[in-house]
Amino acid sequence: MSPTISRRRFLEGTGAAVVATTIAGPSGAQGTADITGTPPHAPGARTTRISLTVNGTARQIEVEHRWTLAETLRDHLHLTGTKIGCDRGECGACTVLVDDTPMYACSQLAIWMDGRHITTVEGLSANGQLDPLQQAFIDHDAPQCGFCTSGQLMSAKALLAANPAPTIDEVRAAMTGNVCRCSNYAHYTEAVLAASRQTDRRRV
Amino acid sequence: MKAFTSVSPRSLPDAVTALSRARQQGQHAIIVGGGSDALALIKERLIAPDLVVRLTGIRQLDGIARDSNGLTIGGETTLAAMARHDELRRAYGVLAQAAESVATPQIRNAGTLAGNLAQRPWCWYYRNGFTCFKNGGNTCYSAAGENQFNAIFGGGPSFIVHPSDTAPALVALDATFRIVGPKGERTVPAAQFFTLPTVNPARENALEDDEVLTSIHVPAAKAGMRSLYHKVMDREAWTHAIVSAAAVLRMDGNVCRDARIVLGGVAPIPWRLTEVEKLLVGQTMNDALIDRAAAASTTGARPLRNNAYKVPLVQAVVGRALTDLRA
Ligand SMILES: Cc1cc2nc3c(=O)[nH]c(=O)nc-3n(C[C@H](O)[C@H](O)[C@H](O)COP(=O)(O)OP(=O)(O)OC[C@H]3O[C@@H](n4cnc5c(N)ncnc54)[C@H](O)[C@@H]3O)c2cc1C
Ligand code: FES
Ligand code: FES
Repeated sequence: MSPTISRRRFLEGTGAAVVATTIAGPSGAQGTADITGTPPHAPGARTTRISLTVNGTARQIEVEHRWTLAETLRDHLHLTGTKIGCDRGECGACTVLVDDTPMYACSQLAIWMDGRHITTVEGLSANGQLDPLQQAFIDHDAPQCGFCTSGQLMSAKALLAANPAPTIDEVRAAMTGNVCRCSNYAHYTEAVLAASRQTDRRRV
Repeated sequence: MKAFTSVSPRSLPDAVTALSRARQQGQHAIIVGGGSDALALIKERLIAPDLVVRLTGIRQLDGIARDSNGLTIGGETTLAAMARHDELRRAYGVLAQAAESVATPQIRNAGTLAGNLAQRPWCWYYRNGFTCFKNGGNTCYSAAGENQFNAIFGGGPSFIVHPSDTAPALVALDATFRIVGPKGERTVPAAQFFTLPTVNPARENALEDDEVLTSIHVPAAKAGMRSLYHKVMDREAWTHAIVSAAAVLRMDGNVCRDARIVLGGVAPIPWRLTEVEKLLVGQTMNDALIDRAAAASTTGARPLRNNAYKVPLVQAVVGRALTDLRA
């Protein structure tokens, strides 16, 4: 690394990018129906029109039966916050909430999501305000390269929804399905615990 | 992935009809539950189905029901639902713990019990497309190759280990599997559902083409029953067992009245330790007995070149399981 760019400044740069990708996107348009229409399909591939809710917005899309939820979100609904690391259930970068339950979007077919509610990282912020979890991730330097971050956020989000005041072991157990190649697990855990305390405080 | 059609029938008869109709038309049809294993097989081009029949939309196959004879668990029940089910946790700890030990929260939220039991082996030769017994070939590359994760019991001609965590638990609980296919319905004891490679080295169980594993029945827990699942991995989470033990004891004070000890991760099927069970029944549980049981747990083991470490590991896991159950 060039001596003129400190690690701290480098991190701030990536942190800003994480914020930008998480607050951009169509999440502001809650509740409006959007017909995504017919993306290009391979000749001869079987397709079906499905209806699903993505980050509060009803969407309809004609999917090839073989499309995974992850590729449909990224390539056809243009929600690229969800990452594809391994594409085989081994890393967690693609974690999204399906009816509030974390699942690997690479290991689900889009056609199986007909009628379901999907939440992606783009759906965490509301009215231009970061989710407290996102803010805690930034405050605690949780992302390093950032590739696993959206998946970590989604697992943490599901945990805090079910258990607003988890113990450190409960945080670790809930996030075992999210590998961090930069091995920044301690900061992720700290950030989730901090966000949970903050949620608690706001409650009282 | 090669293009295919996915259907989600609403009833079991519709599913069986879809499967056998596809076969009559010369199509390759597969069953899918949570898809966490099946989609990986398709992506790795180990299978190339024309039709994917997804069963998780069939309500009658999803859920845990109680009757006077025990519990019936629908094949499409998720592992997450099993792990948090009160009665399973209380009365059938071995099964709840086994379900909870599988992979990660995300996989347990999607993965089903039937899919867990019918998952294909994770031997790296098979998963990487080598034409071994499991891929339509007539050899097992692990026999003379990289075999550190392979079988020390019951191997040959294939040396895979059965990958399911819930399988040893269900054998230890004397469960019964209900299977429905084009020819009707049958029930099979858990221990007979899993089959050795000598029966058919390409398969791991008694399911025939187009047969659906619909539900699993576990008998009512008897007074004094205690159970646990102990799993050892090469890291602390997210992977299959190197060695595991499902232990179910019926205790009368300090005296063991009945025992089932079934190992995972060491054989092509859940590996029951009948001789160890005999050694325990009728005896007072103490350190000396547990030491003898642990030592006897590897009688007949035949390690391959790189997996002899599993022998002392099995002894330690059996010893620890019995010690924890005694406490
Ligand atoms: C990274 C990773 C780690 C894993 N770790 C573990 C682990 O630690 N322990 C463990 O036990 N497993 C593990 N697994 C394996 C497996 O994915 C899970 O066990 C899961 O429970 C499988 O369930 P499913 O419903 O997703 O199966 P699916 O993928 O839907 O099906 C699996 C297989 O079973 C067949 N099948 C499914 N349902 C039926 C039915 N009703 N009747 C007949 N056949 C059926 C399918 O045709 C397919 O061949 C792991 C998988 C991955 C990817
Ligand atoms: S991309 Fe889905 S788990 Fe890695
Ligand atoms: S921050 Fe780099 S992989 Fe987790």
